[in-house]
Amino acid sequence: MAHQPDHETYTGHAAPHHQAPLWAYFLVFFALMILTVVTVAVSRIDLGTLNTGVAMAIAVVKATVVILWFMHVIHSPRLTWIVVISSFLWLAVMFALFFSDYLTRGWNIY
Amino acid sequence: MRNPTLYDLEHPGTGGGDDDHGQHHPFLQHHFEDLGQQHEASTLGMWFFVAQEILFFGGIFCAYFIYREMYPAAWKAGSHHQNQLIGLANTIVLIGSSLTMALAVWGAQGAKRKFTTIMLVLTLILGSVFIGVKAYEYSVHIHEGLFPGSMFTYVNHDNPALTRGVELFMTFYFGMTGLHALHMVIGAGLLLYFIRRAWRGDFGPEYYGPVEIMGLYWHFVDIVWIFLFPLLYLV
Repeated sequence: MAHQPDHETYTGHAAPHHQAPLWAYFLVFFALMILTVVTVAVSRIDLGTLNTGVAMAIAVVKATVVILWFMHVIHSPRLTWIVVISSFLWLAVMFALFFSDYLTRGWNIY
Repeated sequence: MRNPTLYDLEHPGTGGGDDDHGQHHPFLQHHFEDLGQQHEASTLGMWFFVAQEILFFGGIFCAYFIYREMYPAAWKAGSHHQNQLIGLANTIVLIGSSLTMALAVWGAQGAKRKFTTIMLVLTLILGSVFIGVKAYEYSVHIHEGLFPGSMFTYVNHDNPALTRGVELFMTFYFGMTGLHALHMVIGAGLLLYFIRRAWRGDFGPEYYGPVEIMGLYWHFVDIVWIFLFPLLYLV
């Protein structure tokens, strides 16, 4: 399926500059601040085992915001997207394999 | 020979095609066809580095979660020795430094020499404040006998059985925050180099990749802290 590379998918020669508006960075910072405060506030509420999950979910949202806008992935070529997504995919594989062993052992030796 | 791209047409004389020895940007390296390609190659390379850093820290986070599952009470007791207020303040300082870093990249894109330099200096200052506060926290922990190993003199009086578990928590605390702080120190050193280059006026819309890459590193270190803060201070 040979086809001519177009400017959408042809990486390597795209113009390097995409300058986001200045307010976007302050908006991202503001969102991160709010999420930080929410993290602390939620940790004060006893949700039992859910506390860690909620804290991690907020942290994932914060990290995603940083990656997309501060690290400019949102305006990056698809090759960058592949590297970013696959790195987290391998991280998920590592977590899944470790936890499927350690967190499912049917006995409590501790 | 390749066909000229939209980038070449819009930027004549920036080193597209075969004019390796013609007029081209002083920072275009000869093995790249144009600055666009150079920029993409360098940011992609940095992302590969960040990818291995994600897995490097990921392994430690994995171990953290497994031991936390084994010693939940000790983890809670251990995190009570963290000062949440200081942790929160330091988080704000670090995210603030990420903002100034992102603004520095923005300034470099617009060839705003003074603005870029000031933002990089602010990033360095905020990063240094973070490291300084971290050092203060370490000194408090060490004073309280919470440094693992032979210096560990802390005993949990409510439940002496938790003492060894708290020591394990503090091992993770010092290991994870220590590796994070090491990255910060390296980042601060790199910032000095970029402050010099920004002040010299190296960067502009055609060439800001190095600042962008510095930003990728700095933001990654920020992300690590985004996870460390709830895991160590807010158990």
